[in-house]
Amino acid sequence: MSRSRDVTHSASTYEELSCVELVELITDYLEGALPEELRDRFDRHIGRCTGCSTYVAQMRATIEATGGLTPEALSPEAERGLLDAFRGWRQPAD
Amino acid sequence: MRSKWSVIRGSSHGGAKRYARAVENQAVAPVEDETELIAALRAGDEAAFRALIAMYHAMLVRVARMYVSTQALAEEVAQETWLAVIEGIDRFEGRSSLKTWLFRILTNRAKTRGIREGRTLPFSSLEPADPAVESDRFNGADHNWPGHWAAPPRAFPEERLLAAETREVIEHAIAALPPTQRTVISLRDVEGWSAEEVCNALTLTETNQRVLLHRARSAVRAALEQYLDESES
Repeated sequence: MSRSRDVTHSASTYEELSCVELVELITDYLEGALPEELRDRFDRHIGRCTGCSTYVAQMRATIEATGGLTPEALSPEAERGLLDAFRGWRQPAD
Repeated sequence: MRSKWSVIRGSSHGGAKRYARAVENQAVAPVEDETELIAALRAGDEAAFRALIAMYHAMLVRVARMYVSTQALAEEVAQETWLAVIEGIDRFEGRSSLKTWLFRILTNRAKTRGIREGRTLPFSSLEPADPAVESDRFNGADHNWPGHWAAPPRAFPEERLLAAETREVIEHAIAALPPTQRTVISLRDVEGWSAEEVCNALTLTETNQRVLLHRARSAVRAALEQYLDESES
């Protein structure tokens, strides 16, 4: 993993998170993958920092908007080809 | 042949999401109950097969494309996978989900092809990434508040997030991602797969899955921010 600063193994774990660190931890936070202590620091930070609470809201909005996209289509040609093959596989000519 | 799976017929675009909608409308049984789907496939039920390819073919091709050099090869690997599914369905024991089994077959085949082509595997190493947010948005080390926002983000205007143009911005941002990130964000956030399903299908560690998702989401957020900020001012 390459993060600009490895905050997960910081010697001074009680040091407050900075904003530049928080934006790199946000996915682990949203995925529920942060260790408890780090999650608490994250929560404390967004409780006080308008910029970062806005950032978290932006990220949640981004995920929701991405979820509104239409899944990739299967072209009619591709479907036809696969179905022809399926008929051949399951029902060999007799 | 009339079959419960025929509800999928005639739909215009693919993916598990559409299937989920059909499930919500109680048009088809939820995919958790795979026993019936598997039985239908074994019986040669074409509608069941059609339902399955509508759900997964496009993603199979996309995943295969990470391992092989051309779109044509990726299509071929996906085709082979379907053949293996049809041939192997009688022996499928249901220890994993059908989806996991399907993507395992695909990645194994695609890897073999990729190696034959002399390509390196896409997840063998993660390149160092750009920061999630441009570093000049934060205070420098000599500032009283180093690492804090110099140019803080502004709230996204909610009413614009659902606009067609905004969706296009997101689509372009995803299309511009490296293939591994594009696949992970497509499966997770567009198709709605769980982290575990993505790890299984792509044989990724949980950590690497999250790193790829993080980079992809951060890039999409940045593209959205740029677009929304520019058009606001």
